[in-house]
Amino acid sequence: MRARRECLACREKKVMIPLNHYLLLSAFLFSCGVLGVVVRRNAIIVFMSIELMLNAVNLSLVAFGQFLGDATGQMLVFFVMVVAAAEAAVGLAIIISLFRNKQTVNIDELNILKW
Amino acid sequence: MEISPVIEALIKIIVVIFFILLPCVAYLGVQLERKLSAWIQNRVGPNRVGPYGLLQPLADIPKLFFKEDIVPAAANKFVHSLGPLISLTIAFSTFAVMPFGDTLPIVVNGVVHNISLQIANVNIGVLYVLALSSLAVYGITLSGWSSNNKYSLLGGIRSSAQMISYELSLGLSIIGIVMLSNTLQLNDIVKAQSGYYLFGFLPNWNIFVQPIGFITFFVAMFAETNRLPFDLPEAEPELVAGYHTEYTGMKFGMFMLSEFLAMFAAAGMITTLYLGGWQAPYIEYLNLSPFVVSLVQVGAFFTKFALIVVFFMIVRWSMPRFRYDQLMNIGWKVMIPLSLLNIALTGLFILKPIHTWFN
Amino acid sequence: MTFEQGVFYSLAGVTVFSAVMMLLQRNPVNSALFLILNFFCLGGLYLTLNAQFIALVHILVYAGAIMVLFLFVIMLLNLGDDKRLTEHLGMRMYLGIAFSVGLLVELLYMFGFNTPSSYTQLSPASAEMGTVEFIGKVLFTKFLFPFEITSFLLLVAIIGAVLLAKKKIVQ
Repeated sequence: MRARRECLACREKKVMIPLNHYLLLSAFLFSCGVLGVVVRRNAIIVFMSIELMLNAVNLSLVAFGQFLGDATGQMLVFFVMVVAAAEAAVGLAIIISLFRNKQTVNIDELNILKW
Repeated sequence: MEISPVIEALIKIIVVIFFILLPCVAYLGVQLERKLSAWIQNRVGPNRVGPYGLLQPLADIPKLFFKEDIVPAAANKFVHSLGPLISLTIAFSTFAVMPFGDTLPIVVNGVVHNISLQIANVNIGVLYVLALSSLAVYGITLSGWSSNNKYSLLGGIRSSAQMISYELSLGLSIIGIVMLSNTLQLNDIVKAQSGYYLFGFLPNWNIFVQPIGFITFFVAMFAETNRLPFDLPEAEPELVAGYHTEYTGMKFGMFMLSEFLAMFAAAGMITTLYLGGWQAPYIEYLNLSPFVVSLVQVGAFFTKFALIVVFFMIVRWSMPRFRYDQLMNIGWKVMIPLSLLNIALTGLFILKPIHTWFN
Repeated sequence: MTFEQGVFYSLAGVTVFSAVMMLLQRNPVNSALFLILNFFCLGGLYLTLNAQFIALVHILVYAGAIMVLFLFVIMLLNLGDDKRLTEHLGMRMYLGIAFSVGLLVELLYMFGFNTPSSYTQLSPASAEMGTVEFIGKVLFTKFLFPFEITSFLLLVAIIGAVLLAKKKIVQ
């Protein structure tokens, strides 16, 4: 039974999903994120779309790294996650203070820097 | 007789859920908690249903099933039903990596099969447990929000702030153990606690090796499971019943179940990480057969586990609740510095073990 | 269809579905829930790539911390009241959709049809590369300097968040 367990762990020999499928999925998710940023007006949803874009890139980075056998992909994902965490903290703080001042999170009404 | 790993895992899941967890919830949870609280408050406790009130849980569960399931009109219906489900799923999932024992040698047709007494021995078990505990907040937060009730919402917001704050010290206190045992696999962490520590008789359990980490982990686990003195999300005098104010019937029952399961998961993790898990000290002097040793080890695990659960309950029925600012102050200003200190000290002792200090 | 393919395509399907649903929901809480579902599926996809550490850390960081923060902010601001947030969409929406679809077509053309890569199997080293030991070794040797810089970044983020979210004390 132990031998069979180990065989389950080493089954990457049989994986038949080509790199392209991961990249296509990643491309689709990235476009969804772009669409959300461009179309949606709710600042929180725009922010979530940005997170989606970051994740789409993460997926392609991990896929590249694991198919090419290079650790740099995973390292980059690690750093992207740190940046995303920092970005979420600061961005949500910005949204909270915006809401406190303007009582809205609609980014069309937050046009005080535009002239 | 070769069983495929999938079937073996399924059998283990069924055994763990129906023969360990549900009886534990019914008797170690519902029954013992009611009895213990009664004894602490100088009452008798449930004693009517069956001999000594032992059938009380069996009467309680059908009662919950047959109660009317009320969903408030203004609630977000889907999320309202999703909340207890998320809580329950996450509470059950922790037990997937918990080592109840080492391996059970079973002889079939003269061939020894070593059956691992753990559903899944994943090599990132500690991270898995941390991830689950960070997800547990969703059930509470979402049910609090979706009830559309100000008390529920306050409970949900409190719980998300509280759990995020205490997760940090939870994770940081485990790092000391990971540094010592060089693995994230829970069964290997238990194995690393074999042998004896100071003076040759104290077992090499992490509670003796990592006392600071044990205290921070223990307190953080109390906060993660929302038990008193950290039950701010459902503080009865302030928030009616907190996040589950608007839940009735079996949905409420699911919250009860998941709260007990979360407490058991916490007790199991404390046992596994700090109290030597299934290690039974001095057992190697008794010359028992491997099968009996393995059974004794499972017994040792459950003994420690039950003691921790009883401790949880005694604390619940004898401590007052923290105020919210006190909770946050403890979480950020005491627990995190302490767990960082624990990491620094562990690193120091790994670099320069204690017996090399004086020569 | 092998087991791996079944897992991959079902996860990919749910990922795509939840990403689209996230964009279509009016209520930000529902959007956040679909995004959480999306992140779970992405975690599963990392597992199919043998990147266990990244998968678990992804769940921990994104689903366990970042999305909880989002939900916390949505509830704190009580944004569930979506009638106040009317989204005027006209010309700009069509332009936005056209732009995103253009981007999608371009990316699909690049990855899928123009230069399809010849990689059809994970590298043999991938199982070993996903483990915590390997990542720790690489992170604390080759990438030590960026790693230290991220700590500085997090410190800056903490200070920034506290400064921004703190209420002004009226004298």
